Amino acid sequence: MALTLTLASRNLFHDSLRFIATMVGIVFSVVLVMVQMGLYLGFGHMVTTMIDHAAADLWVVPKNAKSFEDPSLLDLKLRGRVAGVDGVATVVPLVVGFSDWRLDSGEMTPVFIVGSDLHDGALQPWNVIDGNVQALSQGFGVAVDRSYFERLGVSGVGSTAEIRGKKVKVVALTDGIRSFTTTPYVFVDLKNARSLTGTPPDRVGDLLIRLKPEADRDKTIAAIRGEIGDAEVLTTAEFRDRSRAFWLFGTGAGAALFAGALLGVIVGTVIVAQTLYSSTKDHLSEFATLRAMGSANNYIYHVIIYQALINAVIGFAVASAIGALVVQMTAKSALPIVITPWLVAALAALTVVMCVISAFGAIFRVVRIDPAMVFMR
Amino acid sequence: MSDVIIEARDVAMTLGSGARKVQALRGIDLALKRGELTLLMGPSGSGKTTLLLVLGCMLTPTAGAVTISGTVTAEADKEGLAKIRRENIGFVFQSYHLFPTLTAAQNVQLALDIRHERGKRARLRAREALERVGLAHKVNTRPGELSGGEQQRVAIARAIVTDPSVVLADEPTAALDGDNGRAILKILADSAHERGQAVLVVTHDPRIIPFADRIIHIEDGLLVKQAEAEPARLPKVAPFGSISALRSDT
Repeated sequence: MALTLTLASRNLFHDSLRFIATMVGIVFSVVLVMVQMGLYLGFGHMVTTMIDHAAADLWVVPKNAKSFEDPSLLDLKLRGRVAGVDGVATVVPLVVGFSDWRLDSGEMTPVFIVGSDLHDGALQPWNVIDGNVQALSQGFGVAVDRSYFERLGVSGVGSTAEIRGKKVKVVALTDGIRSFTTTPYVFVDLKNARSLTGTPPDRVGDLLIRLKPEADRDKTIAAIRGEIGDAEVLTTAEFRDRSRAFWLFGTGAGAALFAGALLGVIVGTVIVAQTLYSSTKDHLSEFATLRAMGSANNYIYHVIIYQALINAVIGFAVASAIGALVVQMTAKSALPIVITPWLVAALAALTVVMCVISAFGAIFRVVRIDPAMVFMR
Repeated sequence: MSDVIIEARDVAMTLGSGARKVQALRGIDLALKRGELTLLMGPSGSGKTTLLLVLGCMLTPTAGAVTISGTVTAEADKEGLAKIRRENIGFVFQSYHLFPTLTAAQNVQLALDIRHERGKRARLRAREALERVGLAHKVNTRPGELSGGEQQRVAIARAIVTDPSVVLADEPTAALDGDNGRAILKILADSAHERGQAVLVVTHDPRIIPFADRIIHIEDGLLVKQAEAEPARLPKVAPFGSISALRSDT
């Protein structure tokens, strides 16, 4: 093994205070980027959670509907027209909308009603931990997530409240269906959803389409398009992308997260560059000695790059451990941080790139070294 | 094969510019031969170090030519000059310039490492070089734990480990006491006489004179006198292993 790595590690660890400062810089930077990007991914998953859990191949949505929560409505007649298109297996209407939940204490809190036909099963509550989803069709049965107990003033199955003057009863409990808007989702039967949201009987929010297995997707989409006038037909992926684009970039939330991540990269780069430069300056006479002995510039660059890489590896390892802790701590929070293997790989690459770029300042300094300086007394 | 390893022909060197321009070397003709220890002496500011830098390929002369092992240095760029140094020259510096974070063996190995000589063989060669300077028992010691004389011996081991054709030493005994100074010169003299290297020592130290084969005097950038040294009456220098003083010096 070349001594460049030994020299690099000794240079780094020799000055423990500077090494710690470098590590703090890298860890701060990587954790900041990790959290920002983890929030971005978590946010991205959350805003599409309903779309992801709907059993639909295609969505018919009102023109320019920005997301699942868009309050625009469709004419219910479209259901029949779409159902008649060759290749379409089922068309399930969905009624969604904001409403007010009145607690027994008289307090009001906004909720988001999700109503679909339970027999069609296109969008039903999942992760049910108590109660019975089928009971949603009995009276005004509702399903809520247990994380909203306090907010909704309920304690479990059997609790009651009032929505738009209708007494509703909790008949099923879910776990982990949280809304990014912090407004609790309330699952109800389709017919109840109309009265709980004030949706007219001839209107629906969206139509969820399932295709026959043998259907030609593109041709079916084109045929549906011809039947729905102003409305739009989207694949699940398209609707997901549109929802994410709206919530993450239309609202500026995503841009803010990226700006935070960029700030982290800049801070990290500056700190590592500064500490590497000062370390190189402190070891200038050693680098000049190497040069006087006849080492190629490349040899010295290797020492500096290795220093940068050692910083990157140790810094990333520490940051990853902190990141794992943060993921664990936020798993049950309103906005869990999601760290995927891809994000980890991207962050590892980013850390290495950041540290190597930081080494350029030090390398430019070393290029100007005069080996004759070792003869100056 | 010619005995001349380094040859300087009509070398001149101007340093600075404008009012601060200094003619540091003028019309230097010099040849360093294989197996010869040459002393370069002269008062401060006479041009000794400048000549050493020119011969050591760290400065390119403003006039004249320097040839090292047949290669004309004026034709090389910075990397080319580094290559010439790497392949031909071993340096011994007055201030040792050892790497404080590396062990003695690693410091010596560094000279091999920059030539891409690595692994077991490199470790063995470094150890042998340290044995030659009497520091076999200090291979894993860091410079901070060595005396001045020991540090200079490690520096010499580093200079000779690659078996260079030339060893250029800049005031190698300046910071050492008499015993250590003589011990250092004995190693350099052995390098010249036993291993056939051309050794040039820049010095003010008259104690070194008995070790020299040739003495060159420089004044105001001119070689004023080149003379064969008188047959050496070398002071007694005991083997390293038996001089405890050498291990507990300055």
